[in-house]
Amino acid sequence: MKLLSVSRLTKSFGGLTAVNSVSFDVQPDTVVGLIGPNGAGKTTVFNLITGIYRADQGEILFKDQSIVNFPTHRIISQGIARTFQTIRLFQNLSALENVLAGCHSQMKSGVLGSLFHTPRQRREEKMALEEAMEALAFVGLDSNALQMARNLSYGKQRLLEIARALATKPSLIILDEPAGGMNEHETWQLVALIGKMKERGITVLLIEHDMSLVMRVCENIVVLEYGSKIAEGPPQEIKTDPRVIQAYLGVEEDD
Amino acid sequence: MIQYKTIALIITTGILAVLPQFLNPYWVDVLNNIGIYAILGLSLNIIVGHTGLFNLGHASFFAVGAYTAAILNTQYEIPVLWLIPVCGLSAGLFALIVARPIIHLRGDYLCIVTIGVNEIVRIALINNVFGLTGGSNGIFGIDRPNVFGMTLRTPMEFYYLILAFGAVTIFLFRQLEYSRFGRALNYLREDETAAQGSGINTAHYKLAAFVVGAVWAGMVGNIYAAKMTIISPESFTFWESVIIFVIVILGGSGSIPGVILGAVLVVGLPELFRDLANARMLVFGAAMVGMMIFRTQGLLPQRPRKYTLPQGRRNGEGGE
Amino acid sequence: MEQFLQQLTNGLAVGSIYALIALGYTMVYGVLKLINFAHSELVTLGAYLGLTLLTSLALADRLGPLLGVLLLAVMVMGLIAVVGAMLDRVAYRPLRQSPRLSAVVSALGASIFLQNTIMLIYGARYLNYPHDILPKMTIHMVGIDVPLVRILILCVSILMMGGLFFFIQKTKVGTAIRAAAIDQGAAKLVGIDVNLVVLLVFLVGPALGGAAGLMLGLYYGQINFAMGWSYGLKAFTAAILGGIGNIPGAMLGGLLLGVVEAMGATYISFAWKDAIAFLVLILILIVRPTGLLGERVAEKV
Ligand SMILES: Nc1ncnc2c1ncn2[C@@H]1O[C@H](COP(=O)(O)OP(=O)(O)O)[C@@H](O)[C@H]1O
Ligand SMILES: [Mg+2]
Repeated sequence: MKLLSVSRLTKSFGGLTAVNSVSFDVQPDTVVGLIGPNGAGKTTVFNLITGIYRADQGEILFKDQSIVNFPTHRIISQGIARTFQTIRLFQNLSALENVLAGCHSQMKSGVLGSLFHTPRQRREEKMALEEAMEALAFVGLDSNALQMARNLSYGKQRLLEIARALATKPSLIILDEPAGGMNEHETWQLVALIGKMKERGITVLLIEHDMSLVMRVCENIVVLEYGSKIAEGPPQEIKTDPRVIQAYLGVEEDD
Repeated sequence: MIQYKTIALIITTGILAVLPQFLNPYWVDVLNNIGIYAILGLSLNIIVGHTGLFNLGHASFFAVGAYTAAILNTQYEIPVLWLIPVCGLSAGLFALIVARPIIHLRGDYLCIVTIGVNEIVRIALINNVFGLTGGSNGIFGIDRPNVFGMTLRTPMEFYYLILAFGAVTIFLFRQLEYSRFGRALNYLREDETAAQGSGINTAHYKLAAFVVGAVWAGMVGNIYAAKMTIISPESFTFWESVIIFVIVILGGSGSIPGVILGAVLVVGLPELFRDLANARMLVFGAAMVGMMIFRTQGLLPQRPRKYTLPQGRRNGEGGE
Repeated sequence: MEQFLQQLTNGLAVGSIYALIALGYTMVYGVLKLINFAHSELVTLGAYLGLTLLTSLALADRLGPLLGVLLLAVMVMGLIAVVGAMLDRVAYRPLRQSPRLSAVVSALGASIFLQNTIMLIYGARYLNYPHDILPKMTIHMVGIDVPLVRILILCVSILMMGGLFFFIQKTKVGTAIRAAAIDQGAAKLVGIDVNLVVLLVFLVGPALGGAAGLMLGLYYGQINFAMGWSYGLKAFTAAILGGIGNIPGAMLGGLLLGVVEAMGATYISFAWKDAIAFLVLILILIVRPTGLLGERVAEKV
């Protein structure tokens, strides 16, 4: 059974085909890596999966249901959460409120409940606060709860984005270069965090440039180059695949 | 700390309660205007301050509320204050219909459309649309409002009506700030894409912000109509929208005390400068530029919300 | 048919004035993403300075109508350009790093300040342009008699717009302006002096606005301290209609708006004239959310 299935996904910007008929599957309870040189189209694939860009062609099935070109918030509420390559936190709000944004889709109260603070609204608010704190604790940021997002270190901001994503209660989380800007210690913590997410039954799909991290945590790897998939398989196979080596040799200095 | 705040609140309420007793009717009327603009500012604050939508046509919602009150009161003799909910609903419905097709427009495109809607409404009123609005003379003969058997006539009597409505508004809008709804508006303002990526239906909340803001402006329209007993299109021009907008940004986008202070300054200062006669608006314009330069975020910017964290958490004492 | 052609030429003349004003909005917006609400007052100021210079220097008597008016236009444009640059220096430059809506309030404040300054100097009453500057002749073309002013305004505007278009598209400085409008950071990186670009934009835009003010005075014969407010609003509408930040868009938007308005006033209802213009704008934006020539770029996430 597949959790996510992408088939013949295509997207172009003007004359440039950023993603060209890409297909791959993500099995539940696995960690899958999406790698490739800069500009290969990895982030675009993520943006297509989460409905931020509209696909030109192709199909995306999540839990056997089509989600292609659904509005983003609906995709999120179906159980896919994401982080952004260029950190997109609510910089002027506290870490806690950033995570509460993730709780939003789990909550129900509307304008009237919010205006009058009905008993149900209060109960829900209390629950959300607890869950948000739980998500912060999960990534190790509970002591930073009331700090403004913009005052956190780069590494902590990345973790905060993960906490916000986790608060949506996803079954699939997709992480766009989560180790970008992290120091060695933080990267090491991230690996542990990915392990913990897996334990919780959350499937992980990630883009990463740090090859040692990818090789360590991923069970399956998909390789893109110039918008097309050039290889797919377990780390050992990918490491020795001549096309992958070829693709990476030319751009080694970039990374 | 909580005690300190309670005391401040009690003192403020006390002062506001007795203030008109010491002022002549002219100044009480100035206070009434400040009150009306403050509530209008608070309603626009939902749209501009909290959600970050560029609305320069708020007077159109105010107009729909005021004309609803005037028409239903003069034609069907429904007591004017009973119409408050109806005025809110009609303005809210109007906002829903108008904003629906244009809600996806980006910043400045949205701005010109709201200006356009404001102008269209004003021209429609002048042209006596549906034969109901009385053309450029407007509608006169709106009944004095009646509260518990007492007819409100003097500025002082209206003062207490406006004060009560203002207090309710502040209370409810503060609750709104501390809620799922209020936070969602702020997420949208901070980063729309990130808000979507966190699972928030941004189009829905943009529209909802417009509707809530319009409902309130519509209700203020009712009180305005009752106070004036005569309303005409010139009270609902683009210029009026500009004033409300300036109150919000100058006072402090997203901040309730800020918006109230904004109303005090924008409505009150020109009154103080009355000796300057013709030069007062010149001074006023220069003051707007100066205040924005020296207090870029507004006079009292929005403060972070405070949370009492669940027991057993570190650093949970929260805020101050 | 005759009426239609009359209204068409009238609409084009008024529209070309809108277009000149719209260029000022769109150029500033392109570089600073700021709606310069005080631009409308520069137009008013252009009309008043034009009148002052016209009566005090008696240019038309000394140099003959055409040359006189031409010289007058050059002087007005120069003066308003200086005022424009000063406006930026005082009211906008301190706010470059501020929230965008704060700059908008500063612009509104500057607009109120300028409008009331003009009122204090010239008074609140309407002033008349002398009606004998340009000969009251008409020219017979396409089967109708078109007033000379109308043709002059149209021709001069088109010349100015052509000049601007050439300047923006073909010269090095123009390329710098376009580059700064697309991406200020990148423009700085390649060595473009963005401050200079901003200065230029605040010289050229107001100069065109000043010329527009003068034309309004000549065309309608009457000016008022509050006149800029409504023309400015129309021109801003035109800039948005064409796609704000887009120079050919402002020209197209202005002409289109002028014609729509003239036709709407004649064939639908004069009383609803202004509402029709805005209605057309809203309908177009529903179909094309970034205006007629505005590009629809997917934000890079
Ligand atoms: N919104 C957009 N508009 C235009 N081009 C884009 C946009 N998003 C991505 N691209 C282009 O698509 C290509 C793939 O980009 P991306 O998916 O970000 O690559 P990667 O994440 O693999 O480094 C790049 O050439 C990029 O410039
Ligand atoms: Mg990328």
